[in-house]
Amino acid sequence: MSVNWFRYASPATFYPLAGKWVPWFAGAATLLTAIGLYIGLVAAPTDFQQGDAYRIIFLHVPAAWMSMFLYVVMAGWSALALGYNTRLSAMMAQAIAPTGALMTLIALTSGAFWGRPTWGTYWAWDARMTSELILLFLYLGVIALRNAIDDPRRADRACGVLALTGLVNIPIIYFSVQWWNTLHQGATVSLTKAPAMASIMLAGMLIMSFAAWFYAIAAVLARVRTIILERERGAAWIAALAEVRNAHA
Amino acid sequence: MTAFFAMNGYGFYIWSAYGIAVIAIVIEILLLRSHRKAVLAQARSTASEPAPESLAATE
Repeated sequence: MSVNWFRYASPATFYPLAGKWVPWFAGAATLLTAIGLYIGLVAAPTDFQQGDAYRIIFLHVPAAWMSMFLYVVMAGWSALALGYNTRLSAMMAQAIAPTGALMTLIALTSGAFWGRPTWGTYWAWDARMTSELILLFLYLGVIALRNAIDDPRRADRACGVLALTGLVNIPIIYFSVQWWNTLHQGATVSLTKAPAMASIMLAGMLIMSFAAWFYAIAAVLARVRTIILERERGAAWIAALAEVRNAHA
Repeated sequence: MTAFFAMNGYGFYIWSAYGIAVIAIVIEILLLRSHRKAVLAQARSTASEPAPESLAATE
């Protein structure tokens, strides 16, 4: 069986498809968040070294992972948009930036509230923290650059180049804890070593990570639908949509 | 219950971290909704405008 993926590269085909997916991903995110928060805040035992302060990990690590992962996905869509000049790829890149910025903001603030009781400071110009702050500025920069350019096709190219240039920051964030011996601790979970945490804590963290994934997918798909409506304005298929034809659909 | 919210003295840090995340996510969802409403309203007015050709034809 072969699927013609290029069919879905058309905004007119993708718009209703994304609309069908949004409630499923949002529902899965809600369910997993409820389970993950229960494990993280209630079921998981108090850490013998950090006390209950460690419970911020269930928010901090998933948000930090998503902040980096979403950037890579955004850069990937940008590369497709630049290479194939496909409208939908650029719209996907545009839709990811705000949710990426949100995840970065959560990673930074939850890290600050974790750092204060464990390190004695909300903020330090540590390599991991500084490179994550640069990630926030990269997301905000991509958003601001788009708002500054009137022609959406030119904005696609400019934002694409900026997003791809900023990609260099991702390995810096990821390896910063190995390259520089500063305040932030090393990786909690790695693919090559046994996890350095109890299995219920690991389960809570992984469930929260999947929740963050599904939330991000739901938010990005919902946003790309709005972007499609805005940018394809005037197209006959949009005028034919039920939600456009009657105000209460 | 009070013990749960106190988190052995770490309550302020834990609930601040989670609270900010919840507020930020709620803001994103509200912005997504209001933006979709605005764009749909715009699409309705664009769709109900007579096409430029038909305007010219009536003159």
